Amino acid sequence: MSEQIDLAPQRRKGTKGDVVLEVSGLDVSFPSGDGPVRAVRGVDYTLRRGEVLGIVGESGSGKSVTSMAVMRLLPTTARVSGEVRFDGRDLLGLSETEMTRIRGSRISMIFQDPMTSLNPVYTIGAQIAEAVRAHHDVSKQAALDRAVELLDKVRIPNARDRAGSFPHELSGGMRQRVVIAIAMANDPDVIIADEPTTALDVTVQAQIMDALSAAKEETGAAMVLITHDLGVIAGQADRVMVMYAGKLVEVGSAEDVFYTPRMPYTLGLLGSLPRMDRPSERLTPIPGSPPSVVNMPPGCPFGPRCPKHTAVCDETEPELRATTGPDHLAACHHAETLAGASADDVFDTEVADAQALHQLAEEGRP
Amino acid sequence: MLAFAVRRILYSIPVLIVASFIIFALGSASADPLAPLREKNPPAPQNVIDAETVRLHLDQPLLARYFSWLGGIFTGDFGPSVVSTANIGSDLADRFLVTIRLIALAMLIALVLAVVIGVLTAVKQYSKFDYTATFLGFLFLAMPAFWFAILLKQAGIEFNNAVGTQAIYTIGQVSVPPPQGTGAYILDVIGHMVLPTISLALISYAAWSRFTRASMLEVMNSDYVRLARAKGLTRRRVMVKHGLRTALIPLTTVTALDIASIIGGAVVTENVFQWKGMGDYLVTSIRMNDVYATASWLLIAATVVIAFNLLADLLYGVLDPRIRYA
Amino acid sequence: MPDTTTAIPPQAEEREFTVAERSQAQLVFRRFLQHRAAVVSLCVFVALILLAYVGGWLWKYDAGQYTPDNSVPPSWEHPFGTDSAGRDQFAQVLRGTRISLQVSVSVAILATLVGTLWGSVAGYFGGWVDTVMMRISDLVLTLPLIAVAAMLAHNFGGTWYLIALVIAALYWAYVSRVARGVVLSLREKEFVEAARALGASDTRIILRHLVPNALGSILVNLTILVALAILLETSLSYLGFGVTPPDTSLGLLVSEAQTALTTRPWLFYFPGLFIIIIALTINFIGDGLRDAFDPQQTKVRQ
Repeated sequence: MSEQIDLAPQRRKGTKGDVVLEVSGLDVSFPSGDGPVRAVRGVDYTLRRGEVLGIVGESGSGKSVTSMAVMRLLPTTARVSGEVRFDGRDLLGLSETEMTRIRGSRISMIFQDPMTSLNPVYTIGAQIAEAVRAHHDVSKQAALDRAVELLDKVRIPNARDRAGSFPHELSGGMRQRVVIAIAMANDPDVIIADEPTTALDVTVQAQIMDALSAAKEETGAAMVLITHDLGVIAGQADRVMVMYAGKLVEVGSAEDVFYTPRMPYTLGLLGSLPRMDRPSERLTPIPGSPPSVVNMPPGCPFGPRCPKHTAVCDETEPELRATTGPDHLAACHHAETLAGASADDVFDTEVADAQALHQLAEEGRP
Repeated sequence: MLAFAVRRILYSIPVLIVASFIIFALGSASADPLAPLREKNPPAPQNVIDAETVRLHLDQPLLARYFSWLGGIFTGDFGPSVVSTANIGSDLADRFLVTIRLIALAMLIALVLAVVIGVLTAVKQYSKFDYTATFLGFLFLAMPAFWFAILLKQAGIEFNNAVGTQAIYTIGQVSVPPPQGTGAYILDVIGHMVLPTISLALISYAAWSRFTRASMLEVMNSDYVRLARAKGLTRRRVMVKHGLRTALIPLTTVTALDIASIIGGAVVTENVFQWKGMGDYLVTSIRMNDVYATASWLLIAATVVIAFNLLADLLYGVLDPRIRYA
Repeated sequence: MPDTTTAIPPQAEEREFTVAERSQAQLVFRRFLQHRAAVVSLCVFVALILLAYVGGWLWKYDAGQYTPDNSVPPSWEHPFGTDSAGRDQFAQVLRGTRISLQVSVSVAILATLVGTLWGSVAGYFGGWVDTVMMRISDLVLTLPLIAVAAMLAHNFGGTWYLIALVIAALYWAYVSRVARGVVLSLREKEFVEAARALGASDTRIILRHLVPNALGSILVNLTILVALAILLETSLSYLGFGVTPPDTSLGLLVSEAQTALTTRPWLFYFPGLFIIIIALTINFIGDGLRDAFDPQQTKVRQ
């Protein structure tokens, strides 16, 4: 324990509130047999130091691809354009060597499935120590000591003994803590958590959210929290972005998006969330399913599922525009008509139930 | 680990015993050692046939023959051959040494080549190199071993003609008579091994490189490799430490499972290059209806296969911490 | 996506496969068409079958027929040349192809039937049934196939169907391993549990649920078996334990031609080329089927 690891030799952490990550005009597409799949279409956002930014959307909305593009971890077939400015530099223009230096040390990432995120043939201690040694020239022993320290911080009991365990000897929740420990290892500026609780039991989810908060406190990092579950974001995120079909459809502070949504899709998402404060209300499902992102027709991609749908929705795709305030943006032709509406005013629950049952009968075959 | 190894070895013994019985029974049922004598023209006298019947224990029931054969093996007696002067045990021992060096070297070359090419094609997936190597792999898989061996042999002969001297040997496992002196002898043996080794290695190489490529691709697309990249490890380090290390584990099993077909391939290869090895022995024994010789050959082959599978199981346990010895 | 497979209403059980099967078959077919090498191979393979059967029937020479032309190199009269006895090699190769195909396809079908049944029964019942059945398969696998086949074929073989029988009697063990693996993984799937909960019998579950879902792996394996069998048959014939004259096969033709490699190389190359084309196209078709049934394409995560 003699060797101390100096985590940030000459790095000054900027002041809270500075912009640390700025994404503009991000476009990602993948070639496919049926033409390019446009997974992300012109996404812009900024992340400030110490802030938690939630990105919400259904599977296929492009929320994970956006963050993988920031990390430059997409398969080589992906076509990425736009700009990702981190600490003044455009990450998309960096060489692979420079990018390697940033990954894991300045920006780190937590993935969805802890059961497969860790290499089965190495001990968890070795896998954390590896992250430390990737960016710090320290002895194996020092890195291992740091690994134990990190395991302790994510509240793994008997950290020193546990460091010698293999991933298969740990539960899913424990493994996700190990992944969080790896993300914290080099005191990053940004932690991107991609559906960190989705693969876990509900009882474990809260513990993982606590571990994430601890990681954020410990490192002071800004966090991007990606999820399809608004419940996970509530109480955690300062700002929320809603994605649909590769685009941002609503952006604003958590209060704005949760209490005065201006995009029917957001309203639908909120309506499908069980709420403790209004026990008698029934859940409102959104009918239909997201569009295919190959050869998308013109108009609003949410149009076909939208109860507010009118002729204009089929003609032009709405742009993000300011609604209740300059920082609350929504992409909807009818944003103003949503003032004061609740989900079951807008969505017809009876029709939705009938549709859902029909769909179940259609798909309910092996 | 040790307990697992011991249990695994003990478990192999009944398998071998059952295998030996099946081998013996199949051999006895499928061939009549006296047929060549009976079909002789003019036919062999009855007293000769009777004497052979007794010498080959054919007057006894199958089970008795089997047990006397099996019991004899422990004392080094592999039973009477139809060639009355031949000693199956010592003949097989000589032949085994000839064949094992062919198989061992061919496997080593195939394995090294397969891992290198398999990894390179996985890393450079969909490149020209990948397509070329993949097509060649498919071609080798589709080529009959003996056809390719005959071509190689012909190429060797033409090479010798072009050079004007015997640079590569195309017949036999060693010159007749063998050259004097250890150095000259070893060189001679190596010169004879070149072509058969290449032809035997390429067949296994094709299958193993395809396997390595697939296994490597699967690992490279895995979540833990993505996490390793997200940690900030270099591509090369991720490839070697996380990719290769994990991808090679299943190759041990595949290699072990293939040993039986490699032995089969060696039979054909030896036949083409006219080696006096195990392969030649098997073919001759079958042609002469030499039941004890054939059964002894198969028993040795089965023992090698079982030993290889045992080794692979143990190695797998060392390489993969998820395997538990419960 | 929530898993809806457990929510099959009982009355849907009767037709649960009809809907899924058709759309699945279409999907598989579409994905197969995307594998260019496999599609080309399929065309070549079909063309080869037509050539061997229809072409051999139309061709002006019969396989065993002696022509006045001895040892002539390939020409319009004899596209593949003739041997020293004046037999037309093109007719010989076509007959060899027919026999070799018959042997390998029979092997593939026989071994697949026996192996699939053996493996699925073992995998489905588990326990001691599994142990005993798989030990028997393992025993077969511990022996070098070509050696046992040579031993059996030396006294039982000669004609093509007996050779096919001998090879199939050894290859089924490979299939049984594959089938068992597939069944073991399928056995735990929800729809099997659902069927069991609904009171379906073992036979019904095996035939209606396991076999159709394992069809992909079985079909892929079947094509690979054809290639393996054709190579084994040719090797056996080369060693002199396979098809024997007056019957012929591609392996026997190569074997007979090996001493003539320098003087009449066409006798050696053409049958060899046919073996390679058959095995190569079949392997590509198998590869295409594997991709079509189990698309392991690089998935894009959302």
